[in-house]
Amino acid sequence: MEKSMPRKGMGLDVLTLAVVLIVLSVLGLLWSAGTQDPLLQIHTWIMTGAFVLGLIALAMKGFAGLDNDQSRYNEGIIKAGIIATMFWGIVGFLVGVIIAFQLAFPALNIEGIGWLNFGRLRPIHTSAVIFAFGGNALMVTSFYVVQRTNRARLAGGVWTWFVFWGYQLFILLAASGYIMGVTQSREYAEPEWYVDIWLTVVWVSYLLVFLGTLMKRKQAHIYVANWFYLAFIVTVAMLHIVNNLAMPVTLYGIKSYSAFSGVQDALTQWWYGHNAVGFFLTAGFLGIMYYFVPKRAERPIYSYRLSIIHFWALIFTYIWAGPHHLHYTALPEWTQTLGMVFSIVLWMPSWGGMINGLMTLSGAWDKLRTDPVMRMLVVSVAFYGMSTFEGPVMAIRSVNSLSHYTDWTIGHVHSGTLGWVGFVTFGAIYCLVPWVWKRKRLYSNDMVEWHFWIATIGIVFYITSMWVSGIMQGLMWRAYNSFGFLEYSFVETVEAMHPYYIIRATGGLLYLTGALIMAYNIWRTIRGDVRKVESVPEAEPLAAAIPAE
Amino acid sequence: MLEKHEVLEKNSILLTIGILIVVSIGGLVEIAPLFYIENTIEKVKGMRPYTPLEQFGRNVYTREGCYLCHSQMIRPLRDEVERYGHYSLAAESMYDHPFQWGSKRTGPDLARVGDKYSDEWHRAHLKNPRSVVPESVMPTYAFLSDNMLDDRLVADHLKALRIVGVPYTDEQIAAAKSDLVTQLDEFADDYDGFVARYPNAAIRDFDGDPEHATEMDALIAYLQMLGTLVDFDQYEALADENLR
Amino acid sequence: MNYEAMAHFAQTWGMIYFILIFAGAVAYIFWPSNRKKFDDAANSPFNEELD
Repeated sequence: MEKSMPRKGMGLDVLTLAVVLIVLSVLGLLWSAGTQDPLLQIHTWIMTGAFVLGLIALAMKGFAGLDNDQSRYNEGIIKAGIIATMFWGIVGFLVGVIIAFQLAFPALNIEGIGWLNFGRLRPIHTSAVIFAFGGNALMVTSFYVVQRTNRARLAGGVWTWFVFWGYQLFILLAASGYIMGVTQSREYAEPEWYVDIWLTVVWVSYLLVFLGTLMKRKQAHIYVANWFYLAFIVTVAMLHIVNNLAMPVTLYGIKSYSAFSGVQDALTQWWYGHNAVGFFLTAGFLGIMYYFVPKRAERPIYSYRLSIIHFWALIFTYIWAGPHHLHYTALPEWTQTLGMVFSIVLWMPSWGGMINGLMTLSGAWDKLRTDPVMRMLVVSVAFYGMSTFEGPVMAIRSVNSLSHYTDWTIGHVHSGTLGWVGFVTFGAIYCLVPWVWKRKRLYSNDMVEWHFWIATIGIVFYITSMWVSGIMQGLMWRAYNSFGFLEYSFVETVEAMHPYYIIRATGGLLYLTGALIMAYNIWRTIRGDVRKVESVPEAEPLAAAIPAE
Repeated sequence: MLEKHEVLEKNSILLTIGILIVVSIGGLVEIAPLFYIENTIEKVKGMRPYTPLEQFGRNVYTREGCYLCHSQMIRPLRDEVERYGHYSLAAESMYDHPFQWGSKRTGPDLARVGDKYSDEWHRAHLKNPRSVVPESVMPTYAFLSDNMLDDRLVADHLKALRIVGVPYTDEQIAAAKSDLVTQLDEFADDYDGFVARYPNAAIRDFDGDPEHATEMDALIAYLQMLGTLVDFDQYEALADENLR
Repeated sequence: MNYEAMAHFAQTWGMIYFILIFAGAVAYIFWPSNRKKFDDAANSPFNEELD
């Protein structure tokens, strides 16, 4: 389609995008005129505004993507993605710290219209860290990796920018909706029907850009990192569409009712919810691991064969694990048992992948000492191993009877997200910034050290406090006194959580601090600055690792 | 087999299809039978669709994100049954679009909170939880008393719910808009008709402000009926049809 | 459809199907002639010249 580039005039991609944006702008105006719902009104304005802005930008040829020179990689989109990842990461961590303090000090729920209550901010935290921070990280690294390992410029021309900005629009609609009370109340799938439809459009475009690039590749075999990215994109599309099937009350209102009810709805939701973890937070980020760990260590992955087994076993097994979120509920027992068994089986592919990542460093273990970015990547894989061991344990019904509904689950999730997802993303960005901005090195390696240690201490605060509070609360709920009565009222267990909630919030604050240090470091690196006095020397081979054009 | 795998790797479309097939299996095997196996949902007496007021209260519950801190699923464990009441049945959430079983108990389970506290208690608690439970960490919801119920689309709500499977009758849909306020007034003209449409529904002013139909009315009406519908005297847990 | 019939099918044919798929995958990755291909693929992150 675009072999004839470099382009002179208006390409097919620009033409189609312009037509689509014009149609969308008109639809947005009509929709806005038709609705009586003040909340939908706000959203139709945001959408129409975004479409018109897109058209203006297209007309002004402001997009770097308009340069579609097939002899070069598209790095403009990588730069934009890195900045978006950093921005949303800090937003997500900040909201997390705020709601953590709200649980310790309920007066922080500002009285009035309730827009900043815990119940409305919590989905902003989860969506911001998973979909905004994690999603942008996956998009940007997948766009980088698919170009480099297939030696082809991103397909789709200016549509890659539609994917990028369309995704940011999705985030904006979702987050503003939560504050206003626009929610389906499905955990991690809160956006209402029209936002879901928009995400579907963007996601399919993402899949097409990714597949299109794979098809342009110059060698026979597709590198395994791309398999993980592809599984992530395809499976998330499937999960998203099925879990969000819903009936709007009216096409001119925000409210919809889910297609399924009760027990079927519960399993559909946790099939989605668990595989948001499995395919968004695991498969996608394993794609990052399979590229950035070998690249940074300057040696190929420990076992390519293991990576193939890892891939098929992981994606096959993960999809079954959802019912472990519903142990001892009204879900039929056979379904719970299947979920439990596959969750335990899942331990094997998970650790296979972890070993594959860690052993890639064999013969280069000294890099852990000399290269703080390498250390960040390796520690992320270690956290992956830890949380994928804890997960199967918690999926055992008898363990789950204690851990379910408590903070233990929250701690488990955060060892995976802060430790694995966060650190592997930070590591990849520390790699990418000097590569795509063509800098010899980061502004400061000392700051990477600071980031690493502050964030690590934050994670330790977080996980240990949640272990203690979760297990303690679970035990208090089931404690009996010598007369055979329940020992504690519910609110006594709430009171007992207070000190741990403060420790947890402090841990989150440390993690946020680390990310702010990183943002500063990245900003100075982009400016081309180099910090004068450094106690951590630059690892020599790094310069050689800067990929050639 | 071996050659085929190579083809798979070399062809990105085939790889995509292969991934789709592999990731579909688990969901199909686990989810699809729930719609077809007959004993997924127990046979109980007393379940009925929500009244318009209760459904609107439920919409407030979902809008405010109550599910993030309160479960509605009592597990068949000794301490839970003693603390909250009879363990939850699948039948009790059969009209719940979406389900609200929850995943975390920062606050207590609410599956059977209905009729446990007075309306006055709920009002005081929602306006300022710490006025009745000093150790509570719940946000305040005083603003619900100021938010009037939007009655423009009541029938459309019920119609949408009917499309996804809730058995609302034509009569219920036709009367939806008036039923919304009938439930707030013991002396309403259509009292008998309402009771016939929604057996065992509580009819009274819930928020202490008889002049207005507020979101506080709706939310308390919903909370006060939670877990009260099923007649457990007539439920045989060990009957064949209820074993799963 | 009842539960017993489904469980029986899953515990027999379902299991055989999984074992065969897994055996096939293992055979594929250990097939001697595939070694070079995997080595090439593993090194693809280190050859990123465009054209």
